[in-house]
Amino acid sequence: MDYLHFSRCREALEKRSVSSVELTRQSLDRACASQTKYNPYMAILEKRALSSAAQADARRKAGDRAPLLGVPVAVKDLILVEGEKCTASSKILENFVAPYSATAVDRLEAAGAVIVSKTALDEFGMGSSNENSAFGVVRNPLDPSRAPGGSSGGSAAALAAGDVSLALGTDTGGSVRQPAAFCGITGLKPTYGRVSRYGLMAFASSLDQIGPMARDAEGCAALLEAIAGFDIHDGTSAQAQRSSYLQELISSRSLDSLKGLRVGVPQELDGISLEPAVAGELAALRAHLESRGALVTTVSLPHFPLALPTYYVICTSEASSNLSRYNGIHTGRGASGPEELSIEGLYSHARGEGFGEEVRLRVLLGTYALSAGYYDAYYKRAAQVRRLIYRDFAQAYKGVDVILTPTAPESAFELGSRTSDPLKMYASDLCTLPASLAGVPAISFPTNFTKPKLPVGMQLMAPWFAESKLLQVVDTLQRQGIGGVV
Amino acid sequence: MANYEAVIGLEVHAQLLTRGKIFCSAPVHNDGEPNTSVGSVSAGLPGSLPVLNRHAVELAVRAGFACRCAINPVSRFARKNYFYPDLPKGYQISQFDEPICGEGWLDIASDEAGTQIRRVRIQRIHIEEDAGQLFHVASSTLVNLNRAGTPLIEIVGHPDLRSALEAKNYLKVLHSLLVHTGVTDGNLEQGNFRCDANVSIRKVGDTKLHTRTEIKNVNSFRFVELAIEFEIARQIAVVESGGKVIQETRGWDAAASKTFSMRTKEDADDYRYFPDPDLPPVVLSPDWIERIRSEVPELPDEKKRRLQSDMGLSDSEAKLLLEHRDWHVYIDELCTHDIGAKLAASWVISDLVGELNHLSKTFAENPFSASRMAELLKLLQGKKVSRRQAKELLIWWMKHPDASIVEHVKNENLVQVDDAGALEGWVDTIIREHPERVAEFLSGKDKLFAFLMGQVMKLSQGKANPEKISAALKKKLEALRP
Repeated sequence: MDYLHFSRCREALEKRSVSSVELTRQSLDRACASQTKYNPYMAILEKRALSSAAQADARRKAGDRAPLLGVPVAVKDLILVEGEKCTASSKILENFVAPYSATAVDRLEAAGAVIVSKTALDEFGMGSSNENSAFGVVRNPLDPSRAPGGSSGGSAAALAAGDVSLALGTDTGGSVRQPAAFCGITGLKPTYGRVSRYGLMAFASSLDQIGPMARDAEGCAALLEAIAGFDIHDGTSAQAQRSSYLQELISSRSLDSLKGLRVGVPQELDGISLEPAVAGELAALRAHLESRGALVTTVSLPHFPLALPTYYVICTSEASSNLSRYNGIHTGRGASGPEELSIEGLYSHARGEGFGEEVRLRVLLGTYALSAGYYDAYYKRAAQVRRLIYRDFAQAYKGVDVILTPTAPESAFELGSRTSDPLKMYASDLCTLPASLAGVPAISFPTNFTKPKLPVGMQLMAPWFAESKLLQVVDTLQRQGIGGVV
Repeated sequence: MANYEAVIGLEVHAQLLTRGKIFCSAPVHNDGEPNTSVGSVSAGLPGSLPVLNRHAVELAVRAGFACRCAINPVSRFARKNYFYPDLPKGYQISQFDEPICGEGWLDIASDEAGTQIRRVRIQRIHIEEDAGQLFHVASSTLVNLNRAGTPLIEIVGHPDLRSALEAKNYLKVLHSLLVHTGVTDGNLEQGNFRCDANVSIRKVGDTKLHTRTEIKNVNSFRFVELAIEFEIARQIAVVESGGKVIQETRGWDAAASKTFSMRTKEDADDYRYFPDPDLPPVVLSPDWIERIRSEVPELPDEKKRRLQSDMGLSDSEAKLLLEHRDWHVYIDELCTHDIGAKLAASWVISDLVGELNHLSKTFAENPFSASRMAELLKLLQGKKVSRRQAKELLIWWMKHPDASIVEHVKNENLVQVDDAGALEGWVDTIIREHPERVAEFLSGKDKLFAFLMGQVMKLSQGKANPEKISAALKKKLEALRP
């Protein structure tokens, strides 16, 4: 029996047909086996996991019935877990041990979840394939010659391999959603501000969000419920009341969430070349939604095509500043290099050695975009376009409840096929970037109407703080067997 | 050389009197053991996020009111990016194009006597975090992050100052304002109040601004004056010898009493300012701004003006009173015992303080509570004793602080005499005993009136009412004129 499927695992734990310690051992064994095949982990936390599992079993004995109690979870290695290494898959942090836990991690552990592993990523979250890592590429468990997507590729692969029930990813421009699509799982990027960023190593602060990943919407709802909500340690964290996502999802099952649902498909998708399998799934999903009583119309997001250049100016600018703290002295490898180096020399040496190629590229691009004389033409202009994109969404949501696009224009590509052409790599995020720039919540879930050879992900976007709507719609579809999840 | 004038603008950094740092909960403890007051934010730990300390915002707005600045309802934090070992994040959080306070002004004296006043415009006040400190020992450098993340305001003045003395006076006025309003402790030794001075020179009559130099981090009033004086002389010498002043940052060497070049602007950094995405804009409601305004204590120069009119004090007396809060408190207490403000103030400032000084005592060592002192002043106020008697009583009382002054006056029969018969008798006696002096007075030596007055007072053992004596003496002498 597949105990690592969240709802089944939860049921088994509740019935006491399995203990958390047993479940965790199974999860750890599978992780070790996956590691040699797909390399999805930066660390497997056996000791911590077994100790948490024993505590969870004790809590359950004492009558605790928290949904995540005793459930194995993987955490992306960009999120701090106190006392464990946190590398960002970067050489510059290979020996950095987190002195505190991220708020999301604290909340997970307080809810009784068992953190079993730290998952690999594109260095500092910069990439779409998990090939930009100082510690080797991650392979897609569904086809090891292909990329798992990125940057939360390790978390997606851990789920696809069935090693854990739930995983935390982070999403700056699609880093939860695109790997979810490539690995055939479900992943949600919450509204900006919904989940505290405290303890998440910053890549692009105005875009970064921690997001739940799972086999299905129900798992995502349970995980989001545990981590969401205002945090005094994050000045951008939203005061808005968080929902009981899991409870709302379960009670919504008596209603028909598709009937009368107003779904908008952006006309700007016409300008993007979609892989035939992706186009086929989109058309089939549209037809399915209509057959179930949804009202599917075309909406306009006029600045959709500007999302890619806007995103790359903003994220590289913020990254160039955020990554300044990694100077080889305060954290990481320590000041080293030839004796005669000046302080600038030490920094250059440590950063030149410690950062990978993509990170260096983005830091340079961002430094350029913020430089005197270029700021107005790049950063300021991008910030203005971003406001227009935000307004496009606000306008569109006056007429529809959710907006539908594919998650990525393609399914998982071959490892190595994009590494020499950054622009081609960046194009993988064309559909996910607009929601990031607007700050709206977006979910990726698999569909398989046309029985594609590789998983294909569809994306639904909702208005700010309407995560519940997304989770309920996807849950309904998944209970109808869409994506092979029941 | 007299045909040059200096153009000076000061940028002042003042540390805000908050308990915690500006973006994390670590306490402000600049002089603690190195690196003992460092939170995750001030250490720049990965994943840490700044959260704004509202108290710092309140103090910055208070500073704005003290300097008559416009308060901006929306301001924003920006990142100033540069690499330096005392800056663990690789950027300083500051305010750039949207500061918390806009234009304001201060009035300062432009001469020693304080008779010429110059209004100096303030361009802006913004909030920022301090950096850590570096200590160079032997072949290595140590970093102390206690100061990192300490809240500062920077008060940027327009280049309205024209001399080193004006710069010093500006700094003193600003210091007293900010200390008085509780914005900063103003501790100069610890660098909690320090300034950068921008200095250029031009021919008198020229209205253009010329190339300036910036003297960094001067933390004493005297040094600011000396450094600017040196810099003005240096620039004049450069120009007079046919050279050109170059734009550069200069340091102040207190030991050698001169400024020295630190770096030229050619290798200046591009700080790549951009809005800090971790901090939402600071939005102040009109109600909140109004509340802060109402909590700002009366400003020193307004208070000085009020003291001068309410207490009839001279400019210098009012200044003394502003500088000595304890005197002021004492005067206020005397007033609650029905002593007039003018009498109380002049008594404390000249008689009481004078006598304490004479005995080498501090004001805190004044043996008399206000209610006891009021007993003596009531005698003076009710004209029971003369001013001179009161002063003599105070001198006696200082030596017998446990005695009752009312009893003493009664026992010694020291009450002022204003009985007309007794007074006239004393006057007649003196006129009779000093015929030569009276004759000299009548022949035009007016000064002798005071001598004769003194003689009468002496005869009365100081008990005569001087006003009445003066009137009676005058009358009798006039009657003697031929």
